[in-house]
Amino acid sequence: MKYAGLAVMPAGFFLTIAAIILFSGAGQRAAFVLCGVAVEVMGLVVAVRGHMQLRDENR
Amino acid sequence: MTPLSTVPFPETSFALMLMLLLVAPLAIAGLALVNAGLGRSRSAAQSMLGTLVVMSSAVIAFVLVGSAIAGASERDVVFHAAGRWDLAGAAHLFGGGLSSASSRMQLELFFELLSAAMIALIPWGSGADRLRLLAGAAVAAILGAVVFPLVAHWTWAGWLAQLGRNFGIGSGFADGGGAGAVHALGGLAALAVIWIAGPRKGKFPREGLSTAMPGHNVVYVLFGSLVALVGWVAWNLVGAMLWMATAPSGLVPVAVNTLLSATAALVATFSVTRVRFGKPDASLCANGWLAGLVTSSACAAIVSPIGALFTGLVAGIFTPLLVELFELALSIDDPSGAVIVHGAAGLWGLIAAGLFAPQPGQTVAQLIGVSTLLGLMLPFLYGIFWLLDRVIAFRVEPDGERLGMDLHELGGNAYPEFVVHRDESYR
Repeated sequence: MKYAGLAVMPAGFFLTIAAIILFSGAGQRAAFVLCGVAVEVMGLVVAVRGHMQLRDENR
Repeated sequence: MTPLSTVPFPETSFALMLMLLLVAPLAIAGLALVNAGLGRSRSAAQSMLGTLVVMSSAVIAFVLVGSAIAGASERDVVFHAAGRWDLAGAAHLFGGGLSSASSRMQLELFFELLSAAMIALIPWGSGADRLRLLAGAAVAAILGAVVFPLVAHWTWAGWLAQLGRNFGIGSGFADGGGAGAVHALGGLAALAVIWIAGPRKGKFPREGLSTAMPGHNVVYVLFGSLVALVGWVAWNLVGAMLWMATAPSGLVPVAVNTLLSATAALVATFSVTRVRFGKPDASLCANGWLAGLVTSSACAAIVSPIGALFTGLVAGIFTPLLVELFELALSIDDPSGAVIVHGAAGLWGLIAAGLFAPQPGQTVAQLIGVSTLLGLMLPFLYGIFWLLDRVIAFRVEPDGERLGMDLHELGGNAYPEFVVHRDESYR
């Protein structure tokens, strides 16, 4: 689960890059960049949850 | 705000910046004291020696390899094939060509060299009491040779800095003092290191809450915070002149903003801990102060004094709350609090710089920088450190942790005349 979270995070980054390349309008670009950051945060949350699970199992 | 300005420096500006750069290492000295004070007494000598070791490792790696990658755009000859995506510099390896470089480039190299030393210190503090010296040096070498130079190039010369010019997004990613390239990146590296190394023995027992392991010398911690302020002001002033094209006449507001961020953060942390625990917590207050300084690295050259005050206040509020959340809820053992102080506060500073900047679209440019650090660099750092851990084990043997890092790694204690009490944390 930890690795799945970490694997999701670059997807958010590429969403951000896509926003730069695909859109020229400021609003669309901002929305897409925010979505990218949101995906990264979700990936981080999953990674942290995975870390907590591992810790509980190893206690 | 024109981060890519290539206006040549007059001799007086060069002299001023060089003098400031000679003061800037006080920020590193302050952090070293904070790290040592927040660790245990039986690891204090290893912590301070480790500071010198990781700094040396990062600086040598940066000069040998990293400076070629980090080099500013004027030095680039390759990696420009994709036009608007300047991904890496291509300067001379082994620090070649330094003496014949322009005064601006010499200053840039020195600034980046100090930044490499600073970034190496951040994961070292988080791995206190269980990270081996050799592993700390290897982590620092990777940071100094590859990871920091890449991000430094993107931030101060490459595609992130050119977002304004090439894509019309604000003035491009703005990070004069290195809140992203140094602190946020260091904080994320610290998170990767402590995830891999695991918590200190006895920190999270099978039953009950986590064990409190307070720092062994709060005076070190608080004095280190004061020393760091002096270096930080110098650091932000040089960063503003080098990367934000701030004229010497505009430096006083940068210094004022730096101080305002730190003081506002301290007041906020003092108040939050006073309300939460009934009395202010000294080590958390030091963390809040440092978090304010970290946010100022991004904001000081851009925002108004009120903006700096607000940014510091927010950093001072979330720092103690996140430190508590990390320890009690997320089971992440970070003795120096570096993930919050450098990582979270650095990212917040970058976002706040965009929110308070006068240029339209600057927030999007800042978010793109944040996205790069969080989405690309954290998984990359975790992966590269995970591989490194297979070659050089990060964590000391259980017996070494029980003895203390000083005895195990150095053969002698930092305080040989101390009476050693039984360790209550081993249950």
